[in-house]
Order: sequence, then C-alpha cells, then structure tokens
Amino acid sequence: MASKLSAAFRALAFGLVALFAASSLPALAQQPTSVNPTAQSVKEEQLLQALKPGAPVAGRISIPDKQAANLIQPGRDWRAFNQETLPRLGAYSLIGIAILLAVFYMMRGKIRIDSGLSGMKILRFGALDRFTHWLTATSFIVLAITGINVTFGKIVLAPVMGPEAFAAWAGFAKLVHNYVGFAFMAGVLLTFLIWVKDNIPSAVDVQWFAAGGGLIGKGHPPAKRFNGGQKIIFWSVVVGGFLLSLSGWHLLFPTAESIEHVQWQATLHGTTSFVMIAIIIAHIYIGSVGMEGAFDAMGSGEVDLNWAKEHHSLWVEDVMKGKRPAGHAAPQPAE
Amino acid sequence: MARMKFLCDADRCIECNACVTACKNEHEVPWGINRRRVVTINDGKPGERSVSMACMHCTDAPCASVCPVSCFYTTADAVVLHSKDLCIGCGYCFYACPFGAPQYPKTSNFGSRGKMDKCTYCAGGPEADGSQAELDKYGRNRLAEGKLPLCAEMCSTKALLAGDGDIIAQIYKERVAKRGYGSGAWGWKVAYKETVAL
Ligand code: HEM
Ligand code: SF4
Ligand code: SF4
Repeated sequence: MASKLSAAFRALAFGLVALFAASSLPALAQQPTSVNPTAQSVKEEQLLQALKPGAPVAGRISIPDKQAANLIQPGRDWRAFNQETLPRLGAYSLIGIAILLAVFYMMRGKIRIDSGLSGMKILRFGALDRFTHWLTATSFIVLAITGINVTFGKIVLAPVMGPEAFAAWAGFAKLVHNYVGFAFMAGVLLTFLIWVKDNIPSAVDVQWFAAGGGLIGKGHPPAKRFNGGQKIIFWSVVVGGFLLSLSGWHLLFPTAESIEHVQWQATLHGTTSFVMIAIIIAHIYIGSVGMEGAFDAMGSGEVDLNWAKEHHSLWVEDVMKGKRPAGHAAPQPAE
Repeated sequence: MARMKFLCDADRCIECNACVTACKNEHEVPWGINRRRVVTINDGKPGERSVSMACMHCTDAPCASVCPVSCFYTTADAVVLHSKDLCIGCGYCFYACPFGAPQYPKTSNFGSRGKMDKCTYCAGGPEADGSQAELDKYGRNRLAEGKLPLCAEMCSTKALLAGDGDIIAQIYKERVAKRGYGSGAWGWKVAYKETVAL
C-alpha cells in the first residue's frame, strides 16, 4: 500500500514537474509581474493520464479512514464483469455441465460392477476420511447455494418472492455464506493433509488415462487408492478451495485494502466458484447415479470387494498384502 | 425536473472541512462514517488542490447495477438513493463505486457489516418525506423542504456547488472564464460521462 502510494505520488510529481516546466518557460522570458496561478493548477485530466490505467487518483486526507484518500477510481470494469461476464460464465457452466452429464448418462448409463456384487466388504474410508469429506461437501453446497444467490438471486428469485422477502432471505444467506466459509476452509485444509500422499500423480495415472479411465474406456485400468480422475478432483478441490478461501477472506474485510485489490479478489472468487461448482456437480454425478457401488465408499465407508478390485486394483493388492491399512481408521505413526 | 449534481471548484476549496462537519451534524452520521470528505492532491507541492467529494449521484449508477438485492432507486431529480430496509450490507456497491462513497457501520467483528450509508444529497430515503423514520435512517430531507444540500450551502468560499447540473456548470464556466484558469469539474466524466467544456 505504502509503496503503491509513493509510486502514485512519484507519478504525480513527475507529471507536475513536466507541466510546470512547460508552462513556466514563456513566463520566465517575460519576467512576470503578477503570479499566474494557472501555471501550477493541477488538472484532473492530467492526473488521470499520468497514472496507470485503473489506478486511483489519491491524495491526503485528514480523517482516520485512509481509504477515503482515494478521490476517483476510474473505470467501470468490475461492474461490467460482475453484471455481464460472471452471470454469463455461471449460466454457461451450470447449463453446460447439466447437458454434458445428461448426454453422458444417456450414452453410457449407470456404470455397473462388471463381476457383480461379491458380498464381501472392504473398508475404504475410515471415520476421519468421511468426516473430512462431508465437512467439505456440506459446507461447499451451502456456500454454493448462498453464493449463487448473490449472482442470480435478483434475476431468478426476486421477481417471484418480491423485494422484501428476497432481501430478508438474501440477508440470511449472506450471513450463512460468511460464517460457513470457515468450515469450508477447515475442510479443504483437512482434505489436503489426509489425502495428499495418495494423490501425487504417477506413471499409473498416465496409463489409466491412456486406457480411457473408468468412464470412457471399456476395461478397468489398474489404479491405486485414487485413480487419475479422482486425483484431478482432489487437486481441483485443493487449488480451487484455496483460491476461494483466499479471495473469500479478502471479501469479508473489503474496507481494509485498496479498491482495485478488492475488485480483483471478487473477480477471482466469482470465477473460481462457478468453475468449481461445475466440477463438483460432475463429481456428485459419478459418486451417486453415475456409478454403482461408489457411494458406499463415503456412505458407510465400506465398499464391495469386487467394486474395489475393478476400480482400485493396486490399492486392494496393497491392503490384502498388509502393506497399508485400509481407510484412515486410526492415526498412524509417521512413515 | 432538474438533474441534480455536485461540482467542486478545486481552485476555491481551502480544505476547511466545513462541508464534512455540516454533513455529519445535519444527518447525525455515526462515528466512523463520512458521507463527505476533502482530499488534498499534491499536498505541500506546487499545484496543490483540495477537492470535496461525496456520492456524485451518477448517471447509470454502478452501485445500483451491482447491488444483489436491487435496493437503489433514482429520484425524479436524478438523486441516487437506497433502501436500508432491503440492504444486506454485502459491500458490493463499495467495490463498484468510483468515488468510494458507500460506507458501513461496524456491527460486529467480522462478516457482518451494517447497512450501507452514503450521501443522500440531503434527500432522505424511501420513507415519507420528513418523517421520523426517514430522519433516523437517512438523515434530514432538505430537498423536500425546497433547500439544497447543506454542505454546499455552508461552503465558505462557495467552492462546492450543488443544484441543477446545467446551472452549476454555467456558474463554473463563468468563473473560469473570468479568472482565467480552472482545474476542471472533478469526477464529472466518471460520474456523468460528460464534463464541463472550459
Ligand atoms: C472459503 C470460504 C469462503 C468465504 C470466506 C467466502 C466469502 C464470500 C463473500 C464475503 C462474498 C461476498 C458476498 C457476501 O458477503 O455474501 C462471497 C460471494 C460469493 N461466493 Fe463465497 N466465500 C467462500 C467460499 C465460497 C465457495 C466454496 C463458493 C462456491 C462454491 C462460493 C461462491 C460464491 C459466489 C458465487 C459469490 C457471489 C459472486 C458474485 O456474484 O460476485 N464462495 N463469498
Ligand atoms: S458516487 Fe458511488 S454511491 Fe454515488 S451514485 Fe455513483 S456509484 Fe453510486
Ligand atoms: S451493501 Fe447494501 S446497497 Fe450496497 S450492494 Fe450490498 S445490499 Fe446493495
């Protein structure tokens, strides 16, 4: 902030010196008898031009609110983003993913367990795994609904509910969004900590993708605890969740920093949220209607052995050989 | 109907802050909120100028556009007002405003900004003109009494002009023509997409 301000001052000073030099040359030649105030008058136009585009015209202020020292912040870019680009991006991503999944479901149907149910269960996700998953998942859904309300509520809900009822709901949704954000941050952090070691990309993933993964290909390419597709979801949640948390945090305290910075954070937050919502809808699809037996992993934590063998063959082998414990049942000593 | 505007003649403003004080007092604006402020450009350097700034009551106002609960409205005098009953204190109008006009009372430690407050052009809010409810939420409604904003009325050097845009632009133009210089109608291009030709 301080350096930005001093840079702005330097730019101002530079513009002024140039201005002063230009206008005082003829005056010097004439030996002025009276003071010519025009020579030093600072013009808004010149200030705006001397600054880099989008930077505010700032000065000194005698009230404690230092942000009020910004006089003019030119440009209405963020408004255009917020009212045109973001709703368009949101609508395209939501409608797009819905169409994509519907088409996929019609073509591929529910992915069955090829060898049928074995009747034997294997523990896939222990209590800590499932707690982490559902903490992140429920908070994400609540944040997505209350967040989408900020973007689309006034277009979709307000005409139906009327302005007063909609404002009451939006006020409630805003509070929920602001507080549940912290649960989501905790969820993303836990997700990263407990699963990162099983999500490092490896050569197995390359073969898995080359064979068309579990969705497009016919067979079942081998995979460890998490297959290539799941690793993509993992890293999207970690990176996307981090960006949402970071930008969301800044939006909670908007008066603490410069306005360009806040606009930037709001842009990042809105964009990331719609990308993430589309990814997570696809994730929910595969974990429920899209694939037989998948939901159990995060439901009871135990999956059918045949399902596990088909989708995570290498992981089953490791568990069977006792190389690793199933799930995250108990805390383990550092390896 | 008139198209109300503000114009600060920066070559006259002496940074006395009388407009700021008058506004705070007239509307009993709470501590920490300033509907109007004076910013000094090039402080202590040649060409120093002070500009009194508040909500400019923009044409096609950005705040109104981004508000997620659409609580802004523009009066017949082109004054941009909002409803504190509908406002949820989300902060978006503050992100969008080119002049940093929207302010928020701190109601708790985080997340819950209070309802937005800004300059009303001394024109109150959606409540009945001159009612107690209007006074409590938005301050005095001088416009309904046929008076202009107090900041401009109080201005000791008549730097700050308020009134119909065409008339105050004319006054400013005459001043500039007479004294031979003028630093321009600050904020007009951004707020009204037009400026005073000098
Ligand atoms: C991680 C913690 C998060 C925090 C602290 C946070 C905070 C915020 C804040 C302060 C706003 C401004 C509006 C308001 O006050 O309600 C906002 C808007 C929004 N948030 Fe979040 N948020 C978080 C996570 C998320 C997540 C996970 C999603 C979606 C999946 C999301 C989606 C949105 C959307 C769509 C908007 C509206 C964007 C716009 O229309 O400009 N947020 N968020
Ligand atoms: S100055 Fe700011 S608050 Fe006032 S009308 Fe313009 S955008 Fe809205
Ligand atoms: S703070 Fe209030 S007035 Fe401003 S955009 Fe949010 S709801 Fe609208």
